[in-house]
Amino acid sequence: MELSRVVLGILSGLLVAALVRALAARWWPRARWSVHLSAGLLVGVLAGAWVSQMEGGYLAYLVTFCIMAGIYGVFSLGLNVQWGYTGLFNIGIAGFFALGAYTSALITTRKPPPEVWFYFKQAIGLDQPFLVGLIGAALVCGLVALLLGLLTLRLREDYLAIATIGVAETIRILFNSEEWLANGSQGLIGIPRPLACLIQNPPCAWLPDWAKPLVAGWTARDLDAIYLVIVVLALAALYWAVEQGIRSPWGRVLRAIREDEMATSMAGKNVFGFKLQSLVLGAMIMGIGGGLYAHYMRSISPDVFVPLFGTFIIWAMVMVGGSGNNKGAILGGLIVWGIWIGTTFLTDLISPLLGAISPELPARAPYFRYLLLGALLVLVILLRPQGLLGEEKQVSKL
Amino acid sequence: MLELTVYGIVYGSVIALGAIGLTLIYGILRFGNFAHGDLMAVGAYVALFFVAVALPLLGIPETRFEPLSFGWRMVIAIPLAMAATALLAVVLDRAVYRPLRHRKSSPVMLSMAALGVAFLIRSLIYILWGPDPTRYVEGLLRIPIYLPFDIKVRPDQVVILVLTLLLVMMLYLFLQKTRLGKAMRATADNPDLARISGINTERIALLTWVIGGALAGAAGIFWAIDSQLTPEMGWGFLLPLFAAVILGGIGSPYGALAGGLIIGIVQQVSTAFINPAYKPAVAFALLILILLVRPQGIFGGRS
Repeated sequence: MELSRVVLGILSGLLVAALVRALAARWWPRARWSVHLSAGLLVGVLAGAWVSQMEGGYLAYLVTFCIMAGIYGVFSLGLNVQWGYTGLFNIGIAGFFALGAYTSALITTRKPPPEVWFYFKQAIGLDQPFLVGLIGAALVCGLVALLLGLLTLRLREDYLAIATIGVAETIRILFNSEEWLANGSQGLIGIPRPLACLIQNPPCAWLPDWAKPLVAGWTARDLDAIYLVIVVLALAALYWAVEQGIRSPWGRVLRAIREDEMATSMAGKNVFGFKLQSLVLGAMIMGIGGGLYAHYMRSISPDVFVPLFGTFIIWAMVMVGGSGNNKGAILGGLIVWGIWIGTTFLTDLISPLLGAISPELPARAPYFRYLLLGALLVLVILLRPQGLLGEEKQVSKL
Repeated sequence: MLELTVYGIVYGSVIALGAIGLTLIYGILRFGNFAHGDLMAVGAYVALFFVAVALPLLGIPETRFEPLSFGWRMVIAIPLAMAATALLAVVLDRAVYRPLRHRKSSPVMLSMAALGVAFLIRSLIYILWGPDPTRYVEGLLRIPIYLPFDIKVRPDQVVILVLTLLLVMMLYLFLQKTRLGKAMRATADNPDLARISGINTERIALLTWVIGGALAGAAGIFWAIDSQLTPEMGWGFLLPLFAAVILGGIGSPYGALAGGLIIGIVQQVSTAFINPAYKPAVAFALLILILLVRPQGIFGGRS
């Protein structure tokens, strides 16, 4: 529990500090940058301190919330590479989500012994570490995206969209009906959490002796906090990598393609090649997101990877945050996931009201959240197509 | 096999009705309407509302036309639901697509708005009718009739085919013989030229939505008569619809008709060889095949 306090305190402090600094810079552009920074730091420290003294139950809730928001942040980043910077219309994110999750799960779990095959089937089980799982997920998703791109990227831009729906549906049906592959509709269980050995007794063999007393007494909740650190590190690393790419001449070509394909191709750029690279890179990031999800949930089944949670919500995140802005994509992930989680309370609230209209309605209250999400996306497109944070003016490094 | 082909023709005619509307919208308004499957679902559910709630209240009797599964209620409900779907399509155009069109948004932006609209419609269906699959008539034994070559078909399916044929013929006469239909085809061919020659393209856009919506509504009802209604049915139609449109060549209604029938037959016949769960994947495989071999579609169109 103490670990959660530290992790969440630091994280929320950093996040709030960054937000306040950015807002200060926008509202008082004439003040010095040091003023912006110190304002951010001050509020950040206060926020961090406030979060870290919260009650245990709230803390645990906040940890799970942040993990999911972080995982969705990874997906938003991937979609931002494809849509935000290159203008590729991928509406089959759920397919890459599922493929990444299943690949990482099959790489990191053990193949079940023959005695239980009647109950639990799994074609592959490589028993490899977490990082290998993530890399495998990225590679497999990248490969599928490569094939898809080779087939569709030379054609009209919306053909890609239709093909991505096809890929997503096919992948879901595949994992749902091929029982030998990954246990069919029952899904996979027992996907290992990285560093899970820390809370075992005795703890991991590789841990130096001096560190062993530190981890003694850690519980599953602390493991969640550790996983939050892992997700945030992965998100930060991906953010950094994507930013480097986008600010390079390579990223400039991508944005040029988005703005005017014809002109870019006249300038001698291989439009098809660049689009392909962007599609594959985005899909690899989505694969990592899928892997992160699988190791967090520890069990996955095909019915998770439906269009709503796998595709639609991620589009809402990127559009709300601001397509073409990586910070916006991550912020959008946080906000839309916040809205999605926050509205669970809304459905409790409106239930009695609905019951007064018709006895059948309260049971359907959850679908009002779907409605809200759909309305959010349509309204953003109509009223603020650039999202909360519009695209920043980027100056490429020479 | 022959029987599966017949089922494929029935299913294909449903897909074709949807695809004709989709291809008209594609050709005239220049964007992929990813909410088209959900418009079909709207037609089916509005008909359910008339059949199960509104018409019984008005005292329309429940008598069925033996051996069909439906009676007067459905006969009245079909045009009403088609009109309602067309109305919804027009309202959506006014509220969402027209503002985007006037802002000169890219076609992809319109498609994405359509995706949002699709989710809006689907969640409304969930809220109004609940998540469970339903039928127009519950617990009815559907006795098949025998055709030559030992083909079993349900009487409903024959009626669906006849009605589809009727709708397609009406559309053909409209497009070929009337001034408005000719204007519509001209707009699909070249919107700028059409506008210069004095065609009111906004009126054509409106008409496109009316026709597309009404046909989608009919398609949804026909499918639901033969099968069942689920809130997710619209999403399931999306792949075969687009496959049919691309196969027929974007903007070509007759191509979409042929494409729909081909997709329907291939999807049904494939169930003889592979797990029926893969039907959407079959539509997808066919789509990929078309994209590889003839991306402009069999009837020309724009690639």
